Amino acid sequence: MKRTKEEVLHVATLARLNIDESLIDTFAVQLGDILEYMKTLDRLDTKDVPPTFHAVDKSNAFREDRTTNHLSREAAVSNAPDEEDGYFIVPKVIE
Amino acid sequence: MNLHELTIHDAQDLLKNKKISAQELTRAALDRIETVEPSVDAYITITKDIAMAQAEAADKTISENDLKPLTGIPVAIKDLICTKGVPTTCASKILENFIPPYDATVMDKLNAAGAVMLGKVNMDEFAMGSSNENSGFKITKNPWNLSHIPGGSSGGSAVAVAADMCLGALGSDTGGSIRQPASHCGVVGIKPTYGRVSRFGLVAFASSLDQIGPLAKDVIDAAILLQVLAGYDPKDSTSIDKPVPDYRAALSRDVKGLKIGIPKEYHTSDGVSPDILSAVENAMNLFKDAGAELVDISLPHSKYAVAAYYLIAPAEASSNLARYDGVKYGVRDKNAASLIDMYRQTRSTGFGPEVQRRILLGTYALSAGYYDAYYKKASQIRTLIKNDFIKAFDTCDIILSPVTPAPAFKIGENIDNPLTIYLSDIFTLSANLAGIPGLSVPCGFSQTGLPIGLQLMGNYFDETTILNAAYCFEQASEFHKQRPEL
Repeated sequence: MKRTKEEVLHVATLARLNIDESLIDTFAVQLGDILEYMKTLDRLDTKDVPPTFHAVDKSNAFREDRTTNHLSREAAVSNAPDEEDGYFIVPKVIE
Repeated sequence: MNLHELTIHDAQDLLKNKKISAQELTRAALDRIETVEPSVDAYITITKDIAMAQAEAADKTISENDLKPLTGIPVAIKDLICTKGVPTTCASKILENFIPPYDATVMDKLNAAGAVMLGKVNMDEFAMGSSNENSGFKITKNPWNLSHIPGGSSGGSAVAVAADMCLGALGSDTGGSIRQPASHCGVVGIKPTYGRVSRFGLVAFASSLDQIGPLAKDVIDAAILLQVLAGYDPKDSTSIDKPVPDYRAALSRDVKGLKIGIPKEYHTSDGVSPDILSAVENAMNLFKDAGAELVDISLPHSKYAVAAYYLIAPAEASSNLARYDGVKYGVRDKNAASLIDMYRQTRSTGFGPEVQRRILLGTYALSAGYYDAYYKKASQIRTLIKNDFIKAFDTCDIILSPVTPAPAFKIGENIDNPLTIYLSDIFTLSANLAGIPGLSVPCGFSQTGLPIGLQLMGNYFDETTILNAAYCFEQASEFHKQRPEL
């Protein structure tokens, strides 16, 4: 079932995307088709089944709190689109 | 002898006996790239200077008789593995200018092993796709038929190996992205157990499913490469601290008494091409003749795998790809008026349509009111799929199946129908959901001359058994010796 334009735009806002006007209808149809297919999962009763979020069992991985080799500040900001004195620059947030 | 056609193990013998030099070998591979790259479009970045410098260093090592596991072996790297000082684009416009300030752990391991890096190879953008048509830069072509897709997402890696543009390559596999292109291009590819190879420095797509692995010209080469990659890494909290066996030493070819599970859900004529069915059938017969025992098994929840996967993987992707915000790295849309606009415009112009589609799908599956119905439900079904495999391995040692329902399709054939492409991952993505290892080994050709792969899946951390079975098959069938004409 085709999704509505409003649904696509709402999810796009959550995902911080601007969907090109020409693509909204395509996405509405494609997401509708895909989500329709996902309904096959409803056929299965999973009431008492625990979810799996990791394939291989492993609990928290701890390490000693020690400094090791790490990126220099200069290297860390080296790919920033805008940077000054080792800081990331973003558009003004507060008036 | 064409040096670029050598396997890794043959090249190693020649290097060790000083019959060839690492610089000759690397130059031959670079020449081959120059010759065939215009036809197949496999490489995004060719690192000629680095390669020649590494080859020179390798020759010095060889002259001192101090050979490491990959001394002087030229390899290609999928462009989502961070390489210090060398662009790592994930085939995305949003990372077009990204130069990692550090190496992935697998790169540290390759460098320590003496390997030579030829360059970075093409892929579907952020590894999302099964055809390489989703690359933000170019479409890699199948060397067996240039109008067909090479598979994906590690399409560049598979083509670089199949077309002798490297001796081996690294790829990554989230739902079949090593095995499927290996199958479509007639090379060997293995996705290790989740946690076997460090993901540190692998650009994340779906963190609970992603795994790095090798693509190679034959099984011995795959074993040699996996040996270098495998092992615990404190920098990856999901890597597992288990001893790494000697993979090559385990290649005995002996499969007598090996119990090979044949899952009825994977051996169906429903939607599977006759060419694939007959190639897989031949493989089963060959194993029987070699003394293996075929065991009927069932993986009853297989029919839910595609739906579960295409909720879980996009959900994880939508979260992982939130980091591309135009602040820390990558491109930024500089015309935006506010911070939020900057995020939205940067992401919309930087990501291609398939990546945006998956981010939308994943965001939807995680959003308020839908989480239980989609993401949680899919994660519960993941448990059932995993339990199917655990139960199956009570009665068999490995599982045999096709890799794909059909040989490589034509470029552009499915471009408007993402669901059709998703469904073609049916045989590979369960291994990622369960976390078990799986490989593809060449097992024949379609009537139109396109390669077909055989999938062997193994129990957790038991890569040796599937590698040995693949080796037995390969040595008896010799499909791996055929080469595309370019």
